[in-house]
Amino acid sequence: MKKDNTTDLSRRQVLKGGAALAGAAAGTAITGFPAVIAAEPVTLRYLSTAVNQSPAIAERAAKDLGIKIEYVTVTTDDVTKRIITQPNSFDLVDTEYFALRNLIPSGNLMGMDAKRIKLIDKLVPALTKGEVAGKKIGDQGTAPHKVMYLEGQNSKKFASSPTEWITLIPTTYNADTLGIRPDLIGRPIESWAELLNPEFKGKASIMNIPSSGMMDAAMVIEASGKHKYGDKGNMTREEIDLTVATLIDAKKAGQFRAFWTDFNESVNLMAGGETVIQSMWSPAVTAVRLKGIACKFQPLKEGYRAWASGFGLPKTLKGKELDAAYEFVNWFLSGWAGAYLNRQGYYAAVLETAKEHMEPYEWAFWMEGKPAEKDIKGPDGGLLEKAGSVRDGGSYDQRMGAVACWNSIMDENAYLVRKWNEFIAA
Amino acid sequence: MITHSRRTSYWQAAPLAAVFLVFFALPLLATLMVSFWSYTGYSIEPALILDNYLDAFDRCIVSLPDLCTTFRTYLSTLKFCLIVWLITLVIGFTVSFYLTFHIRSTTTRLVLALLCTIPFWTSNVIRMISWIPLLGRNGLVNQSLIGLGVTDQPLDWLLYSDFSVILAFVHINTVFMIVPIANSMSRIDKSLVEAARDSGATGWQILRHVIIPLSKTGIAIGSIFVITVVMGDFITIGLMGGQQIASAGKVIQTQIGALQFPIAAANAIVLLAIVLMIIAMLIRFIDIRKEL
Repeated sequence: MKKDNTTDLSRRQVLKGGAALAGAAAGTAITGFPAVIAAEPVTLRYLSTAVNQSPAIAERAAKDLGIKIEYVTVTTDDVTKRIITQPNSFDLVDTEYFALRNLIPSGNLMGMDAKRIKLIDKLVPALTKGEVAGKKIGDQGTAPHKVMYLEGQNSKKFASSPTEWITLIPTTYNADTLGIRPDLIGRPIESWAELLNPEFKGKASIMNIPSSGMMDAAMVIEASGKHKYGDKGNMTREEIDLTVATLIDAKKAGQFRAFWTDFNESVNLMAGGETVIQSMWSPAVTAVRLKGIACKFQPLKEGYRAWASGFGLPKTLKGKELDAAYEFVNWFLSGWAGAYLNRQGYYAAVLETAKEHMEPYEWAFWMEGKPAEKDIKGPDGGLLEKAGSVRDGGSYDQRMGAVACWNSIMDENAYLVRKWNEFIAA
Repeated sequence: MITHSRRTSYWQAAPLAAVFLVFFALPLLATLMVSFWSYTGYSIEPALILDNYLDAFDRCIVSLPDLCTTFRTYLSTLKFCLIVWLITLVIGFTVSFYLTFHIRSTTTRLVLALLCTIPFWTSNVIRMISWIPLLGRNGLVNQSLIGLGVTDQPLDWLLYSDFSVILAFVHINTVFMIVPIANSMSRIDKSLVEAARDSGATGWQILRHVIIPLSKTGIAIGSIFVITVVMGDFITIGLMGGQQIASAGKVIQTQIGALQFPIAAANAIVLLAIVLMIIAMLIRFIDIRKEL
């Protein structure tokens, strides 16, 4: 008896048939989804670093305006990268003024119409004119008033005097200094030069963001008397070489425990006791305090390094998202958000409306530098300061008046990045 | 009778070839092209300049015997590569040897092999970060050492140092050694080992003359995995080294962060060239076609 052992289909033929079927299916399948039409609230994709993205503000905006805010979180450098390479992947960006020197020439941000901003005249003079209480403050670096106005809506050049086209509507700003653990240091710290003090060997840190880290280093070097910079925000090649050489010496001597790029890393370093003195951002100090650990944003005699951030719009934005963006910006300046930021240790762009939304004792503590009449609570309700304590650095005029330089992008930025790499590799 | 046209096999290989082309060859060519372009702070412009390569090796010959940044970076990365390779090789070889030659039942072998891969069920980054609370100044290890009275100051070198980087690398990459070596070893004909023993060879002689030569392919493949991963890595070195230790990947990442794509591309091509040279050296020792 002969058994027929061969089947009709070989494996090859099954594979071939399968491939043909798949091809046919793919060709006919992807059409004709039923269009889902629903009345949805406008969603704004809000791009920025984690520092400014608070759920409370998004919630309140949804309640007051009906606009849904979708946070897109990236690191500082990535905000710039997104704006330059993918302007239609977000609707609203919260970026710092110093980055504008690279962003505006790329043409991807459109000027904001001053006529559509209701509180345009109430923006603080520290940002629009570089003055606090009538006095000029430190101008080194990319001070906001130098890069705030454009010649036309889609112009790629800054205007030297106020026009109606604004690059970024300010949201928040602050004066940064070194953060310290007063319980582990045990003595008063008064100068930037203490960051490189051998007493803190293995316990110091600096931020690993080339432009700002370099400026912190410049503040330290100038404070130690080694060199007086022409403009800490725009160094010459020789100054960059000097700064990096000093940093490399300190690194080889073991001064730094670690560097940080993300603000959560700085919180962990300080809270874990790995560092006792480091570059820090104000909300990081608050976060460490909320863990019950003593941390101080130490005012230093050489002054502060200030920064300011603001809302910008991509040039691809139009239609109802554009209107919603202007509505959100106006709402942000109208007080509730400003008060929220003030309570975190930042400063709001429009102080009068923020004042209306803060209790008098809160205003006195955060803005006037007076001792707290009652316990000061953080934004999530946790205890920040006990009654009777005074805010780090004192009043608004004292802190913002002591600004020495602003975060910036220097002319020699490419060289700076190369030298920074050398520092990290040393 | 089923006839195939000669071109059918080309059609059948086409999908994979297309994937390779689009996702591998094209990006590589784009990187090579961009490495010759010029750049400003916010844009890159097509050009044909060698400046990026010159900048990457800036002052490298002139400042000898002092090393320039690029040399120092690659030396540091190669140092880690070598140490991690040696340690993972020893551990990987031992574990594979035990799995292949000492476990009798296939079920136990499978279970143990699976156990080796369980750590991979969580993300790489989490496995790395979890070392930090363990090794920190106030971490578990230091606290227990101080509590036991072994030292009275916390050990600083446990974290943010070469030690922690190597520890994390070995932790993550040993499995890449275990799998190919175990694979090679399982193909060794057991009768060869028996014959060697019958001829009077000691355990060490069997290892040196029979097992190691026959598992050379597995060792080479595992080494290729580990070396390429360590050479290109910047996350592990960054996180565990406190961002103070140089690595080739970190240089590229910093440059990309500053939007300096052309010089980042140039550095990437240099890194690629070096890794290819290392792999070419490794492949000379084995016949890779036998394993495939």
